[in-house]
Amino acid sequence: MIRIEQLHKKFGKNKVLKGVDLTISKKGVFAILGPNGSGKTTLIKALLGMVIPDSGSLSVGDISIKKDWKYRDQIDYLPQIANFPANLTVKELISMIKDLRNRPGEDKKLITVFKLEPFLTKKLSNLSGGTKQKVNLVLTLMFDSPIIILDEPTTGLDPIALIHLKKIIKEEKSKGKIILITSHIMSFVEEMADEIVFLLEGKVYFKGTIEALKTETKESNFEHAIANLLTHEDA
Amino acid sequence: MYLNKYFILAIMLFLNSLMVSQTIEVCNTCKLNSLKEAISIAKAGDTIVVKKGTYKEFNIIVDKPLTIKGENYPVIDGGDQGEILRVVSDNVTIDGLFIINVGTSYTSDHAAIRVVRSENFLIQNVVLEKLFFGIYIEKSSNGKIYHNKIIGDAQDEYNSGNGIQLWYSKNVIVEQNIVQKVRDGIYLEFSDNILINENISTNNLRYGLHFMFSNDDLYTNNTFENNGAGVAVMFSKRIKMIHNTFKKNWGTAAFGLLLKEINDAEIKDNVFEENTVAINIEGSNRVHYSNNNFISNGYAIKVLGACYTNVFEKNNFLYNSFDISYNSKINDNVFQHNYWSSYTGYDLDKDGVGDVPYRPVKLFSYIVNQTPETIILMRSLFIDIIDFSEKVSPVFTPDNLLDMSPQIERY
Amino acid sequence: MLKILKYSFFDLIRSRWSYVYLLFYLLLGSVLLFLNNDLSKAVITLMNVIIILVPLIGTIFGVMYYYNSKEFTELLLAQPIKRSSIFIGQYLGVALSLSMSLTIGLGIPFALYGLFQSNEIWDFVLLLVTGAFLTLIFTALAFNIALYNENKIKGFSYSILLWLFLAVIYDGLFLMSLIAFHSYPLDSFSIGATMFNPIDLSRILILLKLDISALLGYTGAVFQKFFGTGFGLLISIIALSFWVVIPVLNIYRKSNKKDF
Repeated sequence: MIRIEQLHKKFGKNKVLKGVDLTISKKGVFAILGPNGSGKTTLIKALLGMVIPDSGSLSVGDISIKKDWKYRDQIDYLPQIANFPANLTVKELISMIKDLRNRPGEDKKLITVFKLEPFLTKKLSNLSGGTKQKVNLVLTLMFDSPIIILDEPTTGLDPIALIHLKKIIKEEKSKGKIILITSHIMSFVEEMADEIVFLLEGKVYFKGTIEALKTETKESNFEHAIANLLTHEDA
Repeated sequence: MYLNKYFILAIMLFLNSLMVSQTIEVCNTCKLNSLKEAISIAKAGDTIVVKKGTYKEFNIIVDKPLTIKGENYPVIDGGDQGEILRVVSDNVTIDGLFIINVGTSYTSDHAAIRVVRSENFLIQNVVLEKLFFGIYIEKSSNGKIYHNKIIGDAQDEYNSGNGIQLWYSKNVIVEQNIVQKVRDGIYLEFSDNILINENISTNNLRYGLHFMFSNDDLYTNNTFENNGAGVAVMFSKRIKMIHNTFKKNWGTAAFGLLLKEINDAEIKDNVFEENTVAINIEGSNRVHYSNNNFISNGYAIKVLGACYTNVFEKNNFLYNSFDISYNSKINDNVFQHNYWSSYTGYDLDKDGVGDVPYRPVKLFSYIVNQTPETIILMRSLFIDIIDFSEKVSPVFTPDNLLDMSPQIERY
Repeated sequence: MLKILKYSFFDLIRSRWSYVYLLFYLLLGSVLLFLNNDLSKAVITLMNVIIILVPLIGTIFGVMYYYNSKEFTELLLAQPIKRSSIFIGQYLGVALSLSMSLTIGLGIPFALYGLFQSNEIWDFVLLLVTGAFLTLIFTALAFNIALYNENKIKGFSYSILLWLFLAVIYDGLFLMSLIAFHSYPLDSFSIGATMFNPIDLSRILILLKLDISALLGYTGAVFQKFFGTGFGLLISIIALSFWVVIPVLNIYRKSNKKDF
């Protein structure tokens, strides 16, 4: 369970989050959407403790995250840009993350799924962007944590990998996890998300299912519905 | 008959002095138990043997040619009363005595052994302790001070005396003595043609060796270590200083060798190691410095005041903080064929001589002369930079002070 | 923290730059020794080189490592690891691998030359201790600069400026103020001013070893006490330790407050 209350954050003079209230108590896939600069990444980073909020409270599983880093053990996070220590091999990186988290991981299965075997002994600096993203996915998804946060998971993936990713997300959902996703690919969001959290101007502008969104905006197409939210704002 | 009588007496006296020279024994339990008494009954040319024991005597005057010889180092204890032994006759030998407790005085220079206006003296194997002055040679010549050990316990300069002092004396040899913890280890005033060889003078309050107004002297193979201020040679001419070691003379006014108003001297084959200033030169001319080793000194050579036509050649300057320090812009001295460990030039023609001249005076040494606290900035990159710019175009240091032939290999 | 340290360390000792650094010192040590054929001279030259070069390399390496591993740091930040552990661990990784390069790079040629049979062994140990101190200090300062500056170019510029300031400009100002006020008693001031510059502090350590004869020629009582007894050595080492501890504490403080 994630509970966010009156979260404020500004970077210099730029107020990014202006009182976000968000409670996610049930399992499912939640897509965090919003225009550029609406505060999606900041919100996720605040949840991960990477950004320290100016005010407001954040709790994960009923524990306030302030000053306690152990809650992160419940979260698997896929960062947006995958860049790893250049001198490590894929294999070493995977075992290192396992070592750091002090947990076993199901990396074997994921490596097979994403066909990473030939790259295991290669240095990370020699990998292509797509392959790196696959490694990134393995690192994130190999642990069995109740909350998964994926920041732009589809970047650089080929169609086959994308199909596998979707399958994995569905599997994880069925295990009863909370999965937060940000993405610019609307079809991906429409296919995967149970609920939409739409951020605008540093606040939660809309939260609900895709159906509810369509009804509210009186649009039958999801992409148009999102666009509608934005034009409403402009009007 | 009358004449005959005198003639016989003369012959007898002659024979007596020549052949019947007696040996007189002195010991604590003998009938003769004092050195004074023995001297009074001895005849010229006699030998007085002093047996092991302690003799509380002072103001002993040796007024005839005698040999006074100690057996197993008898102790002559002056009881801090004043002078102990005074030689006023020629041809006196003093050998193997252990003399202690010379009286300290602020008005007269009491000595353990004083030789006055005498010739052909020999003082050897004597050990002196708890002394004021040690061996004091006054207006005496042609003597030898050999293999003595003088151990003082001087605390302050004003109430301590010198180990071996020569005053208006000529042709004396001072050899293989050990002098420690007195004011000046060896002091020469108005004494010419003196040879000082193989002495070890250490831990003295002031100077290990000190010359004043003395000419044509030679000192060789001596070691001067950890003295208040090393060796001082002042107002003297034609002194030769060869093969001595000057070591660890540390302190604010300390140096290995101080030259003040010295002309025509020769300084050769000496080793100067870890002194605050190896050689401090003031107003000295025509001095020839060659084949010396300057190792890890604060300053190897510090020149103050006018010094003309000195020559420094074939010396090794190794790891000194400053090689040469000058306080003026004028240079009339020659530096050539020296080895400088801080030389960074090259030798493309492989003749063993660096192709670029070496400039031993650094701007920083000039700055330290002006503002001593700046010494804390030694070895700073900033200092290296300003030193370099001074090297390229000298402004504060003598621009003709160069070693045109710096050696690539040390001697 | 130890795990982060371990990984940063292994990451670094396999990087090209560590080898360049190591080779540089190997080369420097060998050239100085075998061309000069004089151990004392080589140690003296090295000391002069080290107090300038080690800070430069420490700062540049520190800043570079921080910016290059930024994304990886973010990956680590999302892991259940204490924040300060990540940064202190990375810092120690950099500082230790640099110190190791220094020790090995200089150690090999000197050991081959027969250092252990010579009197210069203590000078050499002092050299390495100074080098290690400077690496620890300047890497920490570099991490501080990087933590305060998101902009890589800015971070690099500031760290170069810092080095330039401490290595050259500071001493220039120091010298000028000594000359300007030379009629006042300045020894306490000059010792005090030294404490505020880690390069000067290391220089003092080296002076105490190499130039003690010259230092004792100065008449001031404070200098006499500082240089003539173990006092100077003690104070310098304590001050250097402060120079390590304070920046590291600030890494700890800043890293707990910073947004990523």
